[in-house]
Amino acid sequence: MTEPLLQVAGLTKRFGGVVAADAIALDITAGECHAVIGPNGAGKTTLVGLLAGEIAPQGGSIRFDGRDITALAVHNRSQLGVARSFQTTSLFAEFTALDNVALAVQAHAGHSFRFWTSARAEAALREPALQALEDVGLAARAEARVDKLSHGEQRQLEIAVALATKPRLLLLDEPMAGLGADESARMVALLRRFKGAITMLLIEHDMATVFALADRITVLVYGRVIAGGDPASVRADAAVREAYLGEHDARHD
Amino acid sequence: MKAARKVLGVPLPACWLAPRTALPAAVLVVLGLVPVYAAATGDPFALTLFGRIEILAMAALSLNLIMGYGGMASFGHAAYLGIGGYAVGILWKEGIGSGFVQWPVAIAVSALFALVVGALSLRTRGVYFIMITLAFAQMVYYVAQGLDRYGGDDGMTIGSRSSFAGLVNLNNAAQLYYLCFALLLASLFLVSRLVNSRFGLVIEGTRSNERRMRAIGVSPFRYKLVCFVIAGALCGLAGALLANHTNFISPAMMYWTRSGDLMVMVILGGLGSLFGPVLGTVTYLLLEEALSRVTEYPGLFIGPALLLVAIFMHGGIEGLFGARRRD
Repeated sequence: MTEPLLQVAGLTKRFGGVVAADAIALDITAGECHAVIGPNGAGKTTLVGLLAGEIAPQGGSIRFDGRDITALAVHNRSQLGVARSFQTTSLFAEFTALDNVALAVQAHAGHSFRFWTSARAEAALREPALQALEDVGLAARAEARVDKLSHGEQRQLEIAVALATKPRLLLLDEPMAGLGADESARMVALLRRFKGAITMLLIEHDMATVFALADRITVLVYGRVIAGGDPASVRADAAVREAYLGEHDARHD
Repeated sequence: MKAARKVLGVPLPACWLAPRTALPAAVLVVLGLVPVYAAATGDPFALTLFGRIEILAMAALSLNLIMGYGGMASFGHAAYLGIGGYAVGILWKEGIGSGFVQWPVAIAVSALFALVVGALSLRTRGVYFIMITLAFAQMVYYVAQGLDRYGGDDGMTIGSRSSFAGLVNLNNAAQLYYLCFALLLASLFLVSRLVNSRFGLVIEGTRSNERRMRAIGVSPFRYKLVCFVIAGALCGLAGALLANHTNFISPAMMYWTRSGDLMVMVILGGLGSLFGPVLGTVTYLLLEEALSRVTEYPGLFIGPALLLVAIFMHGGIEGLFGARRRD
């Protein structure tokens, strides 16, 4: 078997007395969509922060494509192909949608010490950016400023920006956060289109979404992995039912 | 693909008669005609006043590059005016009168100073950044005060203006004025290219959202530092012009209130707009000039006016005539 694309071992992070990541072990195989679920405060967003490089762990290691990236800075990880979307939308608010994506393309097209030609006139930046917007269904809004976009459109743009960096691993931190039912369904359809082509780590609250998208699931509770495996086995896992799914199932049964 | 072509092409220039292009054009035409007016009336005062406006507009333009586009609120920008001016004055005193030496030295020393200040200050944020830039500027101010050979606290009169081997004669008031005018136009062109380049988008994007900038794979520090150095160099050139314009250098050129004046000009005109700093400088200096003729305390009127701008006009003067940034 080939080596997993992402190998996390013993990853630990404490904030004061709170253990947000407690010796987390996690393997993500190239091509899979791996969901991380868990109740509020389980440390899901901390995990994304650790993997993206925004948070430094106190112990453990992260290997990406066979390389130890535990101490690598955010921008260096991005250059290696680790992209992320933010749970709370984080974009260049005064720029247009197209500018946002084009800047992400530019960030992966060599250094930006180019002072004279207009970046907005460079087809090499604009065309891939427009393609990414088209991929997420935002091409018609390319020239709209981000702060004029609806919340749903901003969530789509988050995905387009991440895609524009040509990621090999996409960290999605609750991409459906704040979306209505229709918008959520569209986002699920969107992510399903990239399934297989791009390796994804999906943080998600909504169980229907997780079971619709994930090939494998890891369950986090209080920063600890309590279960992992394919959706069916996770669904059947007694500890998971008790810790997390219990209340859902109880309501539905 | 049709939609692509529309957004890929350089957007058509907006109607040239639109207020937002008409006002800058009118201001530049007026600035260009000042020597004609001065020659017709035989009154050289207009040349002095507007020459000074052009020079300080260049300084404001350079401050806007870091403060408006880059979000780096440097509170020590007058230091570069002083460094540029002292480069000219000191070299003159030591017998080097050629502008071909003086001006490049003014630019280079300013750039070097910006490199040092930037390298130390750009790792900090907010109030700390402001304090460090202010501290460096005050340090240079006190160093200049201690330079007894070059006038110390009183400053020094420069005996002759920079010479350019007969290319331009700066002792001719109109030629000096037009040189200032040409350099202001060149600075405007430079900044307009810079802010739309790949470099400029990284600078503006970093101001907008540094966390996002890192997440897409860019470490902003080097870009901010280079931006800081470009702004310092440009302001150093303005300082060299200022020393030639007044034939005088003194520590007062770089006192912290002068840095404050420059910030006011930029904010008054409109942060992060290309032409805003020019409008702000023209407005501020003309207002100051007019008020100083009717009152001993022009600040009494300028202060409240600024307050109104800060509260009600976020885009500054430029913002009144069109959107500050692209919609």
